[in-house]
Amino acid sequence: MENKVKSTLVSMTLTLFIITAVSAGLLAVVYQYTKGPIKEADLKKQKLALSQVLPNFDNNPIAEADTIPSDIPGNNFTLVVFPGKKDGKLVGVAIKTFTTKGFNGRFDVMVGFLPDGTIYNSMPLNEHETPGLGDKMDPAKSDFTKQFARKNPATFKLKVKKDGGDVDAITAATISSRAYCDALQRAYNAFKKLDLKKFSNK
Amino acid sequence: MENKFLVSYSPHIHNTSASIQRIMLDVILALLPAVIFSFYLFGIGAVIVTVVSVASAVLWEWLIAKFLMKRKPQIWDLSAALTGLLLAMNVPSNLPIWMILVGTLIAIGVGKMSFGGLGQNIFNPALVGRVFMLISFPVAMTSWPMPLKSRMHYLDAVTGATPLGVIKEGVKNGEKISQLMHNIPSHMQMFLGIMGGSMGEMAALLLILGGIYLLLRHVITWHIPISILTTVFVFGGILWLINPERYPDPVFQLLAGGVMLGSIFMATDYVSSPMSPAGKLIYGVSIGLIIIIIREWGAYPEGVSFAILIMNGFVPLIDKYVKPRVFGTGKSKK
Amino acid sequence: MAEKKNKRLDILLNGIIKENPTFVMILGMCPTLGTTTSAINGLGMGIATLFVLTMSNLVISLIAPYIPSKVRIPSFIVVIAAFVTLVDLTMHAYAPELYKALGIFIPLIVVNCIILARAEAFASKNGVIDSILDGLGVGLGFTLSLTVLGAVREFLGAGTIFGINLHLYHSDGTLVFILAPGGFLVLAYLIALGQKLKKRIYENN
Repeated sequence: MENKVKSTLVSMTLTLFIITAVSAGLLAVVYQYTKGPIKEADLKKQKLALSQVLPNFDNNPIAEADTIPSDIPGNNFTLVVFPGKKDGKLVGVAIKTFTTKGFNGRFDVMVGFLPDGTIYNSMPLNEHETPGLGDKMDPAKSDFTKQFARKNPATFKLKVKKDGGDVDAITAATISSRAYCDALQRAYNAFKKLDLKKFSNK
Repeated sequence: MENKFLVSYSPHIHNTSASIQRIMLDVILALLPAVIFSFYLFGIGAVIVTVVSVASAVLWEWLIAKFLMKRKPQIWDLSAALTGLLLAMNVPSNLPIWMILVGTLIAIGVGKMSFGGLGQNIFNPALVGRVFMLISFPVAMTSWPMPLKSRMHYLDAVTGATPLGVIKEGVKNGEKISQLMHNIPSHMQMFLGIMGGSMGEMAALLLILGGIYLLLRHVITWHIPISILTTVFVFGGILWLINPERYPDPVFQLLAGGVMLGSIFMATDYVSSPMSPAGKLIYGVSIGLIIIIIREWGAYPEGVSFAILIMNGFVPLIDKYVKPRVFGTGKSKK
Repeated sequence: MAEKKNKRLDILLNGIIKENPTFVMILGMCPTLGTTTSAINGLGMGIATLFVLTMSNLVISLIAPYIPSKVRIPSFIVVIAAFVTLVDLTMHAYAPELYKALGIFIPLIVVNCIILARAEAFASKNGVIDSILDGLGVGLGFTLSLTVLGAVREFLGAGTIFGINLHLYHSDGTLVFILAPGGFLVLAYLIALGQKLKKRIYENN
């Protein structure tokens, strides 16, 4: 396999140009074909989270989503509100909330409230808490998130028992449990300020 | 094998009857008061953990030497037994038996035999096992039985946080040290060993007595323990002076956790510590610094085992650059 | 003819056993340690690399004679990068869970030294069919090693293999094996085991 082309400025430029052009063309085609499915795959994850924290809904909460500021200023610290409706009637509101108090920093939580303020369900979104300890907040790994379901934060204190609240902390992961409560409390504070009428029959 | 240590530079070579077995026996003897005291504090669980740990460490050593390395097992040099004992001193006394078996297997198998056996290992085997367990079984390895509370219980012993754990969590939660100090045992109680923690973290007093015994027997020199303890005290003290509500006081730093056990019994392990006095001081000071750094800014409340393991890795480098002058050569200061 | 066939089989087997990229050549350690937290992740990473390796070997063996030697390396890298991006987009679209688990390691296949090494050392000097076989062989070797590594780590760490619970543990497993230090440990012992087996095979012959 002798090299048939000598390295001259023209040959080198031309070769590189052809190779990059062909590669770019190929990738453009692939991009066109995968663009749709990629968007769908990303949305699917959010939809899945919404369907788990809200009662049955038939609208598209993502299309009707609204962002609201939280107690911390800044663009990274807004909450996202997803209204869930059935037959035009509001059945619940999901709030994508966050905490900065995780053992390994910030993580997000999706929590769904019924119109009366009761928590329907909640789940962590992108937690990276310590494996085997804090990461047990994942519903697949323990029942930690179940204790919040159907509880109204008006009567159910969103604090771990050690701090005088009603929440059973994950064994040996009090900090992660506190952080989760912090995220829920932030969502509940925002929920109380929401004008729910605004979401009905838009 | 028998005379392996005689080439080292430490003062213990003056004692020509030194053998691995005698040294190991001395260390075990020095540990015994603390072990017996922890039996008194933690009861049946401590006895089970210690017996299982020592027996399994010896068993693994024998099995690996005999069947994997195909050489004569050296279990009577007592080094495996000491590894097992030290490991037991480093874990909660309610640890399930299978976890202890895994821990001793890693300590002996990975920490020691993989490198070629006693004298070849870079890292302290007991600490390799301990850190392996800490990362692997974070829940079991951080639920510490409370002393004197449930002496007749093994797996279901009453557990609580260690003083360091209380401080770490409190500070992370924004609480002040002066408030947190009400939730933890007094310095005197900690000195005598009445606090939650591993078996070997108890009774600073008995560990110090053991250390003095080892010093008198020329098994260890003062350099490593004293440099670690001084660094912990000074560095901890500087931080405390800067902000006493954020950093605990230096006496607490000395008495809490595994500083005593680590500096006297673990960091002084011959194989994995430097040979020259100057090297030992560098090694000890670095360990002290790392302990405080991990305690105050790390993810774990306690950093003694990590600190010692990290510096174990630097020992070949320290030994290379801090060579002791061979007797009778070079310039002598006069 | 028979001899030629035998030679081709040798090329294929070379990458799987004698020059196994992971256990013998110790190449591509970054994705090896980073992605093998479970058997399925190891397999996914292996197949992605296998695809890129085979395709880039194919293309490079075709175009190598026409590339001026001074721009050889940049040309190869562009070809490799194109295939990596292709895999990246496809995986994001059709296997989002695996894509999330493998994360940054998919784009990093570009800098996996195995691929450039095979392009430079083999594909640019050999014919198309041999180059494809070489890519398949080394790729399969890589896939096999990563899957074994992933399976061992998953089994020891969580008590499962390919997500199937083998009930090794009551609750949690030995976590360290899923974390980075466990990756190094298992890799070290597998390399040792591989060396021992290799020695035994060659001594018997």
